[in-house]
Amino acid sequence: MGYILDESSMQKVLDALKKDYIIYAPKRKEGEGMYSDTDCIRYEVVDKVAEIEFFEKSNYSFKEVLLPISQTLYYFTEDEVKEAEPERKKGAVIFLRSCDLHGVKRLDQMYLQNGFVDYYYKRLREAVKFVVIGCGKSYDNCFCVSMGTNVPEDFDLALYPGEGGYHLESRWDEITSIVGQLEEKEIRIPFVEENDVKVKIPNNLSIDIIKSSMWEEYNSRCINCGRCNFVCPTCTCFSMQDIFYTDNGKAGERRRVHASCMVDGYTEVAGGGSYRRKNGERMRFKVLHKVYDYKKRNGYHMCVGCGRCDDVCPEYISFSNCINKLEDAMKEVSNNG
Amino acid sequence: MVRNEYTPFLSEILQVKKHTDIEYTFRMAFSGEVKPGQFFEVSIPKFGEAPISVSGIGEGYAELTIRKVGKVTNEIFERYVGDKLFLRGPYGNGFKVEDYKGKELVIIAGGTGVSPVRGVIEYFNEHIDELKSLHVVAGFKTPGQILFLEDFAKWKQNMKIILTVDCAEDDTACHVGLVTEYIPKLELQDKTNAAAIVVGPPAMMRYSINGLLKEGFQEENVWISHERKMCCGIGKCGHCKIDDTYVCLDGPVFLYTKGKNLID
Ligand SMILES: Cc1cc2nc3c(=O)[nH]c(=O)nc-3n(C[C@H](O)[C@H](O)[C@H](O)COP(=O)(O)OP(=O)(O)OC[C@H]3O[C@@H](n4cnc5c(N)ncnc54)[C@H](O)[C@@H]3O)c2cc1C
Ligand code: SF4
Ligand code: SF4
Ligand code: FES
Repeated sequence: MGYILDESSMQKVLDALKKDYIIYAPKRKEGEGMYSDTDCIRYEVVDKVAEIEFFEKSNYSFKEVLLPISQTLYYFTEDEVKEAEPERKKGAVIFLRSCDLHGVKRLDQMYLQNGFVDYYYKRLREAVKFVVIGCGKSYDNCFCVSMGTNVPEDFDLALYPGEGGYHLESRWDEITSIVGQLEEKEIRIPFVEENDVKVKIPNNLSIDIIKSSMWEEYNSRCINCGRCNFVCPTCTCFSMQDIFYTDNGKAGERRRVHASCMVDGYTEVAGGGSYRRKNGERMRFKVLHKVYDYKKRNGYHMCVGCGRCDDVCPEYISFSNCINKLEDAMKEVSNNG
Repeated sequence: MVRNEYTPFLSEILQVKKHTDIEYTFRMAFSGEVKPGQFFEVSIPKFGEAPISVSGIGEGYAELTIRKVGKVTNEIFERYVGDKLFLRGPYGNGFKVEDYKGKELVIIAGGTGVSPVRGVIEYFNEHIDELKSLHVVAGFKTPGQILFLEDFAKWKQNMKIILTVDCAEDDTACHVGLVTEYIPKLELQDKTNAAAIVVGPPAMMRYSINGLLKEGFQEENVWISHERKMCCGIGKCGHCKIDDTYVCLDGPVFLYTKGKNLID
């Protein structure tokens, strides 16, 4: 069912939602971008439709809503632990793009399926509704079509500010009942069918690719800052961190914080031992996780082709370029026997 | 609601056994299912968590043999009988004694690598007729660093024990040399069907496995245990992943046919 809403009706929908949900959406932060005079678009709580950035890709993904950058798991004293309260008591409505909605499936896979169910993730994941924002065009570095993530699957609402107002497709009864008095319209929320960037993941990709010389380039180019991981909607790693309060040395809290496989210390064990010391090896580990081994385990690729890792890399390292080198690299390693 | 795996439970230290200055076995109060080769996350508020293998299992307790090497383990060594530690787990797959029943079994362990297999040895010490034979080759750096000395003395009745040290300072009852030197000397009836478990530092595992394969052992009869950095122990944090494998969930015990393909 489709409707076209003017700004005030759209705001009414939002206001209705705000009773039971906190609304998270991409918001433009002027002058806060990577370089001077650039903006940063990141997720925040929004009140007004006008605050939402509909026309550009966000620099950071929605994942921080479900997986806070730093999340307190529990408070402790020396002989007691007390589970932390949930970050929010209400449900959440998340505005996001098609690639990101596919990203949710990957987070669910890791946090609800892979072994144990993650209590803290599940707690924030419950009562979450998704509003997918249409993509009128493909943005810089996007390759969702190659990854098969350009068209969304399970959304509650789809929205696009198009001709004559906000085009809204509702699969959510509550909303349908709010907008239901409006006349139903023939609408089509746009999703891209072609990107400038295309990737091809070779079918014969195997772990032999480790032996390729292609990774060496990244030893010097990559500065292991880890930004590519932090912006990625499908990167899920974390490390534990204990904080204690200085005024009472006996009490504190345990947190988990986002971690990056590109950054020093990720594999470090007691006595200083570590794996993948070279940045090229780390690049290889990351790339293969995104387009090889996750699929071996779960049946579909982890990377959703959002291109944010390319957007953010200060060294202009392109992940999609790297994927496109895999085919030749496979030839290289098979020729070497 | 699902269980919160991250919040640990308090467990009392029932007994502390000192092996060396930096290696103690802590007997922790625990009643529940646990297998040798599995591990607990030992958690000390303010200091963090460390994955530690189960080195002994008994009625109402699980033992942890800990080497003092850093932030968390140093702090554990400040605790004594009657004190408590936070634990969560057990995690990981562990060894299945069924895999070895009816076979000739060789266990090769180096240093603290004895901990994860101690439960297996204990089991077969009690049920020695479930195996055709059992050989244990355990290597330590010096006689002073031998762990579980009393156990070895006890086990000697039921199985063949080869205790070896890299170098002896004085005359001791044990052999001198690397564990690998003793592999060709193993007296077995049928090496192609014998099973082996190899646990220890990476280089020791590599050389020992090569030695076993040279002697005719089959890759599908060799089990190993891997160690990796772990922050969660439950398949979430990503640190222990190698290729498509999570050491904390799918391991730490692997059949060599699988383990050999895990390249970091
Ligand atoms: C499955 C498994 C079983 C283990 N069994 C034993 C055992 O029975 N006895 C024993 O003494 N040690 C065992 N270890 C090693 C033990 O976990 C480390 O020595 C311990 O984590 C060191 O912590 P620390 O804070 O004292 O040292 P630090 O060097 O201060 O630790 C720094 C950080 O690195 C992490 N870390 C360091 N080394 C390791 C490691 N090898 N594995 C995983 N994380 C590590 C710690 O979690 C910590 O956050 C085992 C490790 C694994 C993975
Ligand atoms: S953002 Fe670029 S430089 Fe930084 S770790 Fe990632 S690939 Fe390396
Ligand atoms: S790897 Fe890069 S392109 Fe793929 S999902 Fe992550 S940030 Fe997006
Ligand atoms: S230890 Fe966290 S995923 Fe294995």
